[in-house]
Amino acid sequence: MDKVSKLVLSPAPHLRGNASINRDMYIVTLALLFPCAGAVYFFGLYVLLMLAVGVLCTVLTEYAAKLMRRQPFHMDGSAIVTGILLVLVMPPRTPLWIIAVGAVFCIAIAKEAFGGLGHNIFNPALAGRAFVTLSFAGALTRWIAPVSSFVADGVTAATPLSEGFITALTNGVPYKALFLGNVAGSVGETSALLILIGGAILLAFGLIKWQVPVFYIGTVFLLSWIMGQDPLFHILAGGLMLGAFFMATDYVTSPLTTRGKIIFAVGAGILVVVIRVLGTMPEGVCYSILLMNAVTPLIDRYVRPRPYGHMPTTRKGA
Amino acid sequence: MKMHVLQALGLGRRTGVHPPARKLTRARAIEHMPLPSKVILPLQQHIGACAKAVVKRGDEVKVGQVIAESDGFVSAPIHATISGTVKQITTIASPITGQPVPAIIIESDGKDEWIELTPADPQNLSNEQILTRIQNAGIVGMGGAAFPTHVKLKPPPQKHIHTVIVNGAECEPYITADDRLMLEETDRIIAGVKIAMQVLSVTTAHIAIEDNKPRAIERIGRALAQLSPPGRITVVAVPSRYPMGAEKTLVKSILHVEIPEGGLPMDVGAVVQNVATLAAVSDAVTLGKPLVERVVTVAGMVSEPKNLMARFGTAASSLIELCGELDTSVDQVIFGGPMMGIAQPSYDSPIIKGTNCVLLKRSDFRDEHSCIRCGRCIDSCPMGLMPLMFVNCDKKREYEALPDYHIANCVECGACAYSCPANIPLVSYIKNGKTELRKRGIK
Repeated sequence: MDKVSKLVLSPAPHLRGNASINRDMYIVTLALLFPCAGAVYFFGLYVLLMLAVGVLCTVLTEYAAKLMRRQPFHMDGSAIVTGILLVLVMPPRTPLWIIAVGAVFCIAIAKEAFGGLGHNIFNPALAGRAFVTLSFAGALTRWIAPVSSFVADGVTAATPLSEGFITALTNGVPYKALFLGNVAGSVGETSALLILIGGAILLAFGLIKWQVPVFYIGTVFLLSWIMGQDPLFHILAGGLMLGAFFMATDYVTSPLTTRGKIIFAVGAGILVVVIRVLGTMPEGVCYSILLMNAVTPLIDRYVRPRPYGHMPTTRKGA
Repeated sequence: MKMHVLQALGLGRRTGVHPPARKLTRARAIEHMPLPSKVILPLQQHIGACAKAVVKRGDEVKVGQVIAESDGFVSAPIHATISGTVKQITTIASPITGQPVPAIIIESDGKDEWIELTPADPQNLSNEQILTRIQNAGIVGMGGAAFPTHVKLKPPPQKHIHTVIVNGAECEPYITADDRLMLEETDRIIAGVKIAMQVLSVTTAHIAIEDNKPRAIERIGRALAQLSPPGRITVVAVPSRYPMGAEKTLVKSILHVEIPEGGLPMDVGAVVQNVATLAAVSDAVTLGKPLVERVVTVAGMVSEPKNLMARFGTAASSLIELCGELDTSVDQVIFGGPMMGIAQPSYDSPIIKGTNCVLLKRSDFRDEHSCIRCGRCIDSCPMGLMPLMFVNCDKKREYEALPDYHIANCVECGACAYSCPANIPLVSYIKNGKTELRKRGIK
């Protein structure tokens, strides 16, 4: 035995699973490639520019923020995910400078100012989206119809959820177009099919829990039905699918426990229908998730797993 | 009905982790290793008071002779494991805590002379006599925790015990010591089970084995069928899921009840004993033989991993030498499995009663990142805890909040740290939190 060799001490466990933040984030990125590809197909190559600007700005902002905070910068992929998600919830012809402003806001204000990855209360991409919508309302209400070829210019059209669009439906609801994505809307939200493929990847890798999209979408379906709306239309149109698979499932800003996640999803579902049907805005997914983000700490405070050996009858402090 | 709904919604308790089993030595028969030329016997082999040496330098000792004793019921004596001369009474780093502990070093005379053993028929012994024989044999739990066995076999009279649960789960990766023992020493184990049942006056025993050990399940099942022992002893295949071998998880799996918070298996009428412990109980009671050796799996980065029968006090290096080439990149020696084992400061750390494995590995340090609240630690916790909250409280030094999250319930199995994508050493934070609470006198 080699007597001089030094042994290294370390605490148990000495074995680690294969999960890592990087791996999680790159799987999410992979899943997002499907809606991204759809966006390029439906809205043209300009989307690629938007994605490039979005991702570049989020990553650079994170780098700068870490520099200012004198913390090490890890290329953990979370900024990339935020950048892509931000672009996917923007209108197709958003000026690049607005994307850049939104991206900086996402990271600098919504994420780093709260303490960085893991500490932010609000979903950074949605916070960025809400910020630019409120700041540059005029520039962000021009929706265009999908282009069949890779032409840079598009025809202005109404998003399916705006009233003009709904009243113009004379030949019934184009469910197939809504499902496949051949409708106007935000960059990444139009094709339910592509989002479902991305969502299936997340589920297959165990990154998200099925309860979140199922309860979120299910609540919207049931409630809009009860309120006399077309439930299928409500779950296919707008950003619900994207929100349900990629945003309501965000680890950092949603509850920790499965039960908490279900409460979050149902709450967000109710808010979507309330905003869409009773509110003045055509779309409610973004705000429904942001509002539920705000109550997440409260949910986590009260919804905890039952500890082993802690019988339901033996209340604490009793 | 309610349970089914909860299960369907994914709200039932589905806990634990599935680390790769890597039980490469499962087909390797136990090899008796040659007697070591010297043994180092630390005088603390379990939680509790340190034993006091009753021999001095220069004394001649025989195998099985008591060399250290401690007062009190919750203690077990320590015996010489080879015959020879007491060479030195010194201080070494404890293989359990790393702290300095006194130790007796015996140099072998090569004769392996035993003390005179007094065999007995357990049927003719009273419970007190059996317990005394177990205590005198120095038997402690051999699954790792090393709690004195006679104490567990003598629950307070107000506790009604109805079942003996025999722990053959062996849920840690790599380790096959218990698996081999179940295959090769089946009769001794069953004899030990019968003695435990006799002492506790129970008629039911369940031998729990993880379903990744079909041969052991089959072998013990066959032996039980042939022996047709009194009472009801059954083999139960339990799912292979770490930490199945933890008492609380095992009791839940077998009896479908949970031990109340802060309680012990006896609070639900069960006593849990490891298979190796029961084999030792059988030797102690029927042969009068003290506990001087055990099966140790040598695993990891050696060319020929093995199951070795080793005397306590043998340096780990002597075991490793028997196992072929040691990979040059090895820089860690772990006593126990990779999930709960203890990194040793030296290749010469001695095998003690709770050492079921010597694992050789390369250190794998990973940068700790911020928690991303993914909830994997919660999903993996067999105790239904929120491990990340312990880290949060520790970081903010809000130790008073730890009991609100039931920190005392944590069995430190490491499932949370295993599954953490941010490489947070949760167990270290939890241990620190428990220490801080003790300092403050908060229970």
